[in-house]
Amino acid sequence: MSAPVIEFEGVTKAFGDREVLNGIDLVVEEHQAVALIGASGSGKSTLLRCADLLLDIDDGDIYLDGEVITDPAVSAVDVRRRLGFVFQAYNLFPHLNVIDNVTLGMRRAGGMSRAEAEDSARRMLARFGLEGRENESSSNLSGGQQQRVAIARAFAARPRAMLLDEVTSALDPELVGEVLRAVRDLKEEGVTMLIATHEMGFAREVADKVGFLHGGRLAEVGPPEQVLEDPQDPNTQKFLRRLLEAGRA
Amino acid sequence: MEANAAKADRRAERAAVRRRRDRRGVAIAALSTVVVIGGLTALVLTSSGWPAVRETFFNATVFKESFPDVAKAFWLDIRVFMIVEVAVLALGLIVALIRTSVSPAMFPVRLLAVVYADIFRGIPTILLVYLVGFGVPALANSTAEGSSSLSWLPTEPVVLGAIALTLSYGAYVSEVYRAGLRSVHPGQRDAALAVGLTERQAMRHVVIPQAVRNVGPPLLNDFISLQKDVALISIIGVTGEAFQVAQIQASSDFNYTPLLCAALLYMAVTIPLARMLDRWDRGRVR
Ligand SMILES: Nc1ncnc2c1ncn2[C@@H]1O[C@H](COP(=O)(O)OP(=O)(O)OP(=O)(O)O)[C@@H](O)[C@H]1O
Ligand SMILES: [Mg+2]
Repeated sequence: MSAPVIEFEGVTKAFGDREVLNGIDLVVEEHQAVALIGASGSGKSTLLRCADLLLDIDDGDIYLDGEVITDPAVSAVDVRRRLGFVFQAYNLFPHLNVIDNVTLGMRRAGGMSRAEAEDSARRMLARFGLEGRENESSSNLSGGQQQRVAIARAFAARPRAMLLDEVTSALDPELVGEVLRAVRDLKEEGVTMLIATHEMGFAREVADKVGFLHGGRLAEVGPPEQVLEDPQDPNTQKFLRRLLEAGRA
Repeated sequence: MEANAAKADRRAERAAVRRRRDRRGVAIAALSTVVVIGGLTALVLTSSGWPAVRETFFNATVFKESFPDVAKAFWLDIRVFMIVEVAVLALGLIVALIRTSVSPAMFPVRLLAVVYADIFRGIPTILLVYLVGFGVPALANSTAEGSSSLSWLPTEPVVLGAIALTLSYGAYVSEVYRAGLRSVHPGQRDAALAVGLTERQAMRHVVIPQAVRNVGPPLLNDFISLQKDVALISIIGVTGEAFQVAQIQASSDFNYTPLLCAALLYMAVTIPLARMLDRWDRGRVR
């Protein structure tokens, strides 16, 4: 068993009196891809945002490489520099061209020189099939290309782990494949990932572990063939059956 | 074959109808312009007062005589406008950033910024020019009892006028910026933080540039009114300002043509600005 990179311990989070996460325990080990599944509103995005310290948790702890990061004394900026986050709606910077989207963090947060950052960003973009698009405005790209820029941006600083929040759900169906290919590519390199997704086929293929979020709890956690093929929890069974009927599994 | 020929016919027919319709549109526009403009012109020119108006407002000899002086004075307006514009952009942004800050330590400054924006938007610009133009020199004035502790305050009318305009327009522009800052999607701040920027860097490199872009047209709109309001500084004794020069010439000759010179000069700046604004707005919609 390899070392845990991200660990959630009893993580609890409410918005006002709406309790969204209620005692989440989850471990993401080095080189593992963990998929988070669950209905819309079950708290997948909330859990990822808590891990990147974009949200404050109410109770419990989150660890990164064994160090507690939910202590107020810990610098949130330092933690975020060690993690990469890809948003559902890409959230590219519309006032910057493609390459500047990637280099902004490397230069301002990573302290790289412009030349150094651009060199590395160019290679990163090429890796995700975006060579020649460096100087274009990001709004000229298709959704799939924008999301691949967002992946390159998040991965450019070689984070300890990538947090991917439903990276294909805003895409037209024919563009889903190219983005999933980029994620598969990261997995093959052994990048540690926590992936919120509604693509069950993809979860089965790349995830080492799948967690099903329901009612603020992880109702079921286990290897994909167990959680997705032979779920024990009645809520997981119902969720998967409904997806199957909708033709999505 | 048969069907293709029919299709080509229909295409030609459609193009012909479109051409006829366009030609008729142009003809109607031209005719109605001639009728409306011509009618208004005739109405003015045939009125019994027209000869007197022409003599006092549109006098070619007076125009030729006074235009160079008024134009020279207008250069002061332009300089004041440009300096005040830069100061307003800076002041407005600072006030807007203070008002959108959340840190508790900023509370007193935030309160001041709110009070500033409320008060200075509530006072007519002309009144503010008076208050600053006459109030500040009074504060700085040394009396028989001793020298004022505020004697370092500026007393130069043109400087005071520029300060009054900056305070007034800074309050408006801070509101424009505030709307711009609010218009940037919160996901942008999240993304900036997620790539490792600090709050301050996220503001500086991601939020502010987008906010400024979003408010370009309304800012330009405020600058069109600022350009005209520069004339207000003449009321506190700024000499050599275009409106003031025109006014003096007008009263010495009992002829208002110099004022027309000033009006034309103001329009020479504001109308191109307005066209620029139109084009900018249209570009954004597309
Ligand atoms: N900033 C917020 N303020 C208040 N409520 C919020 C906030 N963010 C999320 N919520 C609520 O928390 C719940 C969980 O939201 P979350 O976005 O984590 O769900 P999700 O599993 O990611 O759903 P989806 O699949 O639709 O993305 C929802 O009911 C949502 O309305
Ligand atoms: Mg979500």
